[in-house]
Amino acid sequence: MSKQEQHWEKTRGLLMITLAIWFVFSIGIFLFGAEMNEVTGPFGYPWTYWFTCQGSLGIFVILIFWFANRQEKIDEEFGFSEREED
Amino acid sequence: MKGNFIDNLPKVYGIYTGGFLGFIIIMSICEQMGMTAKTIGICFVAFTVAIYAIIGYLSRTAQADAYYVAGRQVPTVFNGMATAADWMSGASFVAMAGGIYFKGYGYMALLVGWTGGYVLVASLLAPYLRKFGCYTVPDFIGTRYGGNLSRFLAVVVLTVASFTYVTAQINATGTIASVALDIPFQYAVYVGLVSILLCSMLGGMRGVTWTQVAQYIVLIIAYLLPVFWISNKMGAGFFPHFMLADEVARIGELEQQFGFVKNAAADLKTVPKGLAGITKAHSAVNATPWAFISLALAMMMGTASLPHVMMRYFTTPSVKAARKSVGWSLFFIFLLYSSAPMLATLSKLSLIDPTLSTGIIGKSIAEVQAIDWYQNWNQANLMFVSDFNGNGTLELNEFFMGGKAVVLATPEIAGLPYVISGLVAAGGMAAAMSTADGLILAIANAISHDVYYKIIDPKAETAKRLVVARVLLVVIGFAGATIAALEIQGILGSVIWAFDFAMSGLFFPLVLGVWWKRANKEGACAGMALGLLSGLGYLIWVRNGGSGFLGITQLTFGIFGSAVSLVAMVVVSLMTSEPSAATQRMVDEVRVPSGKSILGKQH
Repeated sequence: MSKQEQHWEKTRGLLMITLAIWFVFSIGIFLFGAEMNEVTGPFGYPWTYWFTCQGSLGIFVILIFWFANRQEKIDEEFGFSEREED
Repeated sequence: MKGNFIDNLPKVYGIYTGGFLGFIIIMSICEQMGMTAKTIGICFVAFTVAIYAIIGYLSRTAQADAYYVAGRQVPTVFNGMATAADWMSGASFVAMAGGIYFKGYGYMALLVGWTGGYVLVASLLAPYLRKFGCYTVPDFIGTRYGGNLSRFLAVVVLTVASFTYVTAQINATGTIASVALDIPFQYAVYVGLVSILLCSMLGGMRGVTWTQVAQYIVLIIAYLLPVFWISNKMGAGFFPHFMLADEVARIGELEQQFGFVKNAAADLKTVPKGLAGITKAHSAVNATPWAFISLALAMMMGTASLPHVMMRYFTTPSVKAARKSVGWSLFFIFLLYSSAPMLATLSKLSLIDPTLSTGIIGKSIAEVQAIDWYQNWNQANLMFVSDFNGNGTLELNEFFMGGKAVVLATPEIAGLPYVISGLVAAGGMAAAMSTADGLILAIANAISHDVYYKIIDPKAETAKRLVVARVLLVVIGFAGATIAALEIQGILGSVIWAFDFAMSGLFFPLVLGVWWKRANKEGACAGMALGLLSGLGYLIWVRNGGSGFLGITQLTFGIFGSAVSLVAMVVVSLMTSEPSAATQRMVDEVRVPSGKSILGKQH
């Protein structure tokens, strides 16, 4: 397998993990919205309410930065990262 | 000098922010000295718009890559701020807290959808489109798939989606300008339009970028300052985001106590159009899982297909920077979005809790009608009370408010000085202007670059291209303003449609262009055309009394459109021959960050 194919395989793997986490916090947990809202969560808000106001939103922010860092590592590993000049 | 400017950005915008805060302080001193509310409003809007116009003028350019992609040298954090301003429209600023206030959980699907979409942008599209080196989104479609038809169809989808969106933004600038400057709406729309064009006409994307950063700073201060101030003043907590659990619980208690009484249809007829009462629980789950998830999903896929957002990531210096920049964008959006539910909570509690001095439920109707702020907002057609049951006391079901009033009126209700209301007007104006600029530019650039230059006259010189681009900017702006002046749709309705149109036509052609090498021209054309048509058809059907299926409503019709688009694209691609070896090599190139971009620096 060429270097490029290996790089793409790893990139695809990272995409799958990222999308799985995205799916859980944008869709998955809201399948149980009513049940989850019965339980008190962070800062005393009901769990579902907290996820819709802050939780999911904040997790997305962290997820994107985490994804960007992992992808950079993959690019470096295969020598595909950009030169610093620009 | 240009390099200097980029290096000095933190300093430049630091001074700007300090200057703006200083301006707020000067205005509050003027208020103490007796300046009228109206003058303060005019000062806020005029001062900020003048600053944007100056930035727009200083960013003028005659270079194609500066005009189309701001010279590709916008640092990540600043591009994040510009994207956040580009993204957060008049609707986000003025109407979002109101939507949460009235509809609760069912509406908050939009918060999840309008943020979750950025994960798709970062992982599926933005870095690859940046590597591609295109000027516009149709530029990517046209080059990746080849042929004028695919390019043209992409322009059509982009125009339909963005134009639906832009009329709502011009409408919002008009509304704010008409209130702040006290002129009739029909003229205010054009005042708004001129302000918008001042930012983008001379500098194109470069001008829009630097004004959007300035607009973000104004809008975020204008949103957060009142939220923190009100929360502290009510004694709800100095950092509302972490401290409003008791208030949320208290609203639940009051809802139990008052109950949601259904009004008779005849009574409701007397309520002015556009106003609503509190009929849904504040923090309880009041929508089915599918209603919530389908709306969130449609908004997420729409986010990843809207060209005016995508093109912001063409302006970063590198692929790496594009990825990081998406993270910063969402962070800056998060600051406002996470505050909207807090504002809705504070606003609702301050109005309905009889134990608070600002609470009006349980007071006598005559007493409420004598309150100053009630009279003001009643006159502005944003508040209304009526004694339906004739007991002389205001009940929860007898109090009506417009969605915009949550953001616009809460500072006044909570007893904040008028300077805050002026600030909020400037913030709303900034939010609507920045989005309108991004959208008008997206449409004008697509038509000037993709239709005029790439299809009609490929030999046109840069100077001529940029003249065409600017003429189109003005024409599209005027078309948008003219339609906005007709006041056909509410602000939010047309905003959500724009997401559905974009995802119907563009989501899969864009994503599969990078992630599926086998996707070819015929497939992409079928995907765009059938996706858009089926989405549009579904919308028309449901609007005309059609029952719809699978719980897909007129707000989520993009789910149907994009499903058709996916099937059409895959089936047609597999039925026709695979893309040429050159195209496949191009896709390989796009997938690695290093090396030259596919399209040259000037093209």
